[in-house]
Amino acid sequence: MMFDLSPPLLAIYIPLVGALLIALAGRWPNLREALTLGTAGALLYTVASIVPKVLAPNFWAAYAKAPPLRLIEVLPDVFLELKVEPLGMVFALIAGSLWVLNSLYSIGYMRGNAEKHQTRFYVCFALAIASVMGLAFAGNLFTLFVFYEMLTLTTYPLVAHKGTAEALRSARTYLGILVTTSVCFLLAGIIATYAYTGDLAFKQGGVFTRALADGSLTAPTLGVLFILYMYGIGKAALMPMHRWLPAAMVAPTPVSALLHAVAVVKAGVFSVVKVIIYTFGPLTLISAGQGSWLIFMAGATILIASFIALFQDNLKRRLAYSTVSQLSYIIIAAALLSPLSLMAATLHIAAHAFGKITLFFAAGSIYTASHKTEISQLDGIGRRMPFTMGAFTIGALSMIGLPPTAGFISKWYLLSAAWETEYVFVIVVVVLSTLLNAAYFLPIIYRAFFRAPPPPGSAHRADHGAFAEDPEHPLDHPTAADGLFGDEADHSHAHGTGAHGEAPWPMVVALCSTAAVTVAFFFYSDLAIDLATQLRKGLLP
Amino acid sequence: MLDVQAHLPVLIVTIPLICGVLTIATGKGWKPWAWATAVTGTVFYLTILLMQQVLASATGVVSYELGNWPRQWGIEYRVDALNAFILLIVAGVGFVTTVYAKKSVEKEIPADRHNFFYAVWVLALCGLLGITVTGDAFNVYVLLEISSLTVYALIAMGKDMHRGALTASLRYLILGSVGASFILLGIGYLMMITGTLNMQDMHERLMSVPGILESRTVLVAFAFLLVGLSMKMALFPLHMWLPRAYTYAPSAVSALLAATATKVGVYMAFRFLFTIFGVSFSFIAMPTTLVLATCASVGIIVTGVTAIRQTNLKRMLAYSSVGQLGYIVLGFSLANVNGVAGSVAHILNHALMKGGMFMALGAIVYSQGRCDIRSVRGLGRKMPLTMAAFTVGGLGLVGFPLTAGFISKWYLVQGCLERPHMWPLAGVVLIGSLLAVVYTWRVVEAAYFQEPDDDRPIAEAPLLMLIPMWLMIGASIFFGINATFTGKIAVTAARSLLGVGP
Repeated sequence: MMFDLSPPLLAIYIPLVGALLIALAGRWPNLREALTLGTAGALLYTVASIVPKVLAPNFWAAYAKAPPLRLIEVLPDVFLELKVEPLGMVFALIAGSLWVLNSLYSIGYMRGNAEKHQTRFYVCFALAIASVMGLAFAGNLFTLFVFYEMLTLTTYPLVAHKGTAEALRSARTYLGILVTTSVCFLLAGIIATYAYTGDLAFKQGGVFTRALADGSLTAPTLGVLFILYMYGIGKAALMPMHRWLPAAMVAPTPVSALLHAVAVVKAGVFSVVKVIIYTFGPLTLISAGQGSWLIFMAGATILIASFIALFQDNLKRRLAYSTVSQLSYIIIAAALLSPLSLMAATLHIAAHAFGKITLFFAAGSIYTASHKTEISQLDGIGRRMPFTMGAFTIGALSMIGLPPTAGFISKWYLLSAAWETEYVFVIVVVVLSTLLNAAYFLPIIYRAFFRAPPPPGSAHRADHGAFAEDPEHPLDHPTAADGLFGDEADHSHAHGTGAHGEAPWPMVVALCSTAAVTVAFFFYSDLAIDLATQLRKGLLP
Repeated sequence: MLDVQAHLPVLIVTIPLICGVLTIATGKGWKPWAWATAVTGTVFYLTILLMQQVLASATGVVSYELGNWPRQWGIEYRVDALNAFILLIVAGVGFVTTVYAKKSVEKEIPADRHNFFYAVWVLALCGLLGITVTGDAFNVYVLLEISSLTVYALIAMGKDMHRGALTASLRYLILGSVGASFILLGIGYLMMITGTLNMQDMHERLMSVPGILESRTVLVAFAFLLVGLSMKMALFPLHMWLPRAYTYAPSAVSALLAATATKVGVYMAFRFLFTIFGVSFSFIAMPTTLVLATCASVGIIVTGVTAIRQTNLKRMLAYSSVGQLGYIVLGFSLANVNGVAGSVAHILNHALMKGGMFMALGAIVYSQGRCDIRSVRGLGRKMPLTMAAFTVGGLGLVGFPLTAGFISKWYLVQGCLERPHMWPLAGVVLIGSLLAVVYTWRVVEAAYFQEPDDDRPIAEAPLLMLIPMWLMIGASIFFGINATFTGKIAVTAARSLLGVGP
């Protein structure tokens, strides 16, 4: 089975092979980048080819009977195995499609900022994507855990990329929290699950029904297991396990954009939703009366994180806290345990991804073009970078949940589910959080478009400040880019500190595309809704 | 024509015993090394044959009576799945480290002593293999002395006869002798009361004679053996000899000892606690579980924290070894199938990982003459293969999935969860792996993300070091991805030790 080339396996092999080729092509940057783009394209094609199978009307009838795709027997009766289901499909599709755009963006960013160790960067990125694919298609908890840990390990070098003392410290926080939670809680939960049920597979209705029925597992113990899982999946950034995410912002922006707004954090919430649906089973949790605490913890996370975001002046940190809060939207939706709310969780995994990656892309292009990292430096920047800030506005609207953006769709489903389950708390949280979202995003947009840019002299100081905060960065950096974008870079440098334009074109193309997708998702969300509906069908007995 | 198959158990001991002494006569240069490699290679091959024999036999036991003396009078060599497995590990690791030793020994030991070094080296392996193969309690002691005395000598040969190596060796000599005397006293008392030295017979007498288990002689024997064995296994807090010994010993010796010596100590504990005294006495009548599990848990945490604070990487790994030994002891102290299986599996897994990591440090010593945390800065680029081996080994110690360490942890945690009210021990196992993250990650960070102090060109280690190193590390990955073999052997061994049907 190891050499089986069916699509889910191929989706893991393609980025792995891509990583190898990228490593070999390290000496020829253009070939290396072409390989990255080619791999991303091939992966997207492969992932997309699985979709029709998942949307087939008799999918669930076949699901229970179909054997998983077994790679290898790691321990007696514990297999590394893959099995495709709608939730994983949504996740893989998002990660696969955004990797293409993100690669384009990375090329602009890494060259525009003359980052070092670019080959390592692209290799680790491809490896991280391979882990994401394995996670999305994991057929049992063991496989999920394997790829979850692989994802932590392969993203560590990306966070520590700059190698400065600050980067290393943040990377330590990153690794420390993610490994501690996964080893102490998640692994303990998985082994305990195996000890109680002898079954790690993802099944409709969960695996605990028999153990609960014959009394070998009591409801309170089930509750403890649930806690182990929810806090063990540190990537979901449920407070107080969220500190790694702001720390990870020290990474180059493409990493923050794809991994720490989409792939890694979504790996967390995806695992949370997956475990709730296929390991515990919503009905089991409801009948055992466990897990309702999660609604309140997630609600608290949403509000507290939004509140912290209000006071962050560093743009990427503000976005990071916004991510923490948005992730808990997904968790709160999953915790409501109704079919509609689980559908909302699935949709929000998709909807949040497009908006947030746009915001990070914008933050990265501001940094590349002007070296500004703080919100207070952004006065009037919308006039110099209209595309970037326009895209930023769309992303922000999506975070707030206003039409016509993706965020509106998922928020609609979430509020419907909250009405249906009669959780007033959830409705209050969503309303308050919408206000907070508006309060921390709208001032940025106002500043960018409606405030006059600072006079040249003070701009110089502001820029100088930005440099001083980033001592590793060579002052004459942009011209060091390898040729391709030499013109733009020269331009921004020659005109001195105040008069920069847009970032290199690959970045602008990438961020405009994601912004366009964010809007398009509002009008054409059929695919995502179809997949979510398919997921919902699987929940109804 | 001698029938090799029929005499396997004894050949495994006699070949290195005789050939080890002959090593002195092999002369200078590469010859002692080539001879030692040939001898250890042969022994490794024989242990593979023996393993096949055990797996093929109907009873799962191969018994060999020396000189055809019945076992009541003579010495019986007795091999089942457990010791065939340990023999395979000791001989396999012994062979691979012998191959590795060439370059390292050339650098660290004066050329005129190479023949002595390899002679002692092969004899040490002979002792370790002998302890594992024999079914006779006194024979265990004799071979224990052979291995101990040779190991003292090996440690004392540390770099340039470094003064640290001599005191480390002396310290080990004193503590090791105390431990060995305790074991001897224990065996003596046991013989006094049972009238036999054969392990099987001892067990039968202890079980059959009424009231014998309550006698003070048996209790004292048990106590002496437990303390003596704990010393040999380097169980916290009786581990004080180990960190210095591993730090100052020649690099190849550190790799060999870390992978085999304490493991054989654990094997002795298996035999005495499970085979001779039996589970019902050792773990139900006596509070052994409480004592061993407490020592092991405290040991895991304390040595983990100590390892984090070390700047000398060999010393760091030495402390880590004591901690990892804690896992092994913790596992079998639970006296249930998963716990003991985890313990048996970890003997293999830890031998591969730690052996490979010590080899990587040996390569760093080879190229730089030292191996502290400063000397690995930026080494990720200069010695990529060596540092990659160290990193992968470190991930194994942490117990990342798809490394061998994960397999051990899987069984251990299950074992802890199965014992009622013992679940906090599962927490200790998991917290121990977090400490391992911290101490390995210091090295990873320094090697890959920090700039070296100076720009001296440093060459990658020679192939003769890299190949054995990667054999060990590669095997640790292999047994992490496909642990069905380890898992089956470990569970079989655990079931037979615990006396539960298959």
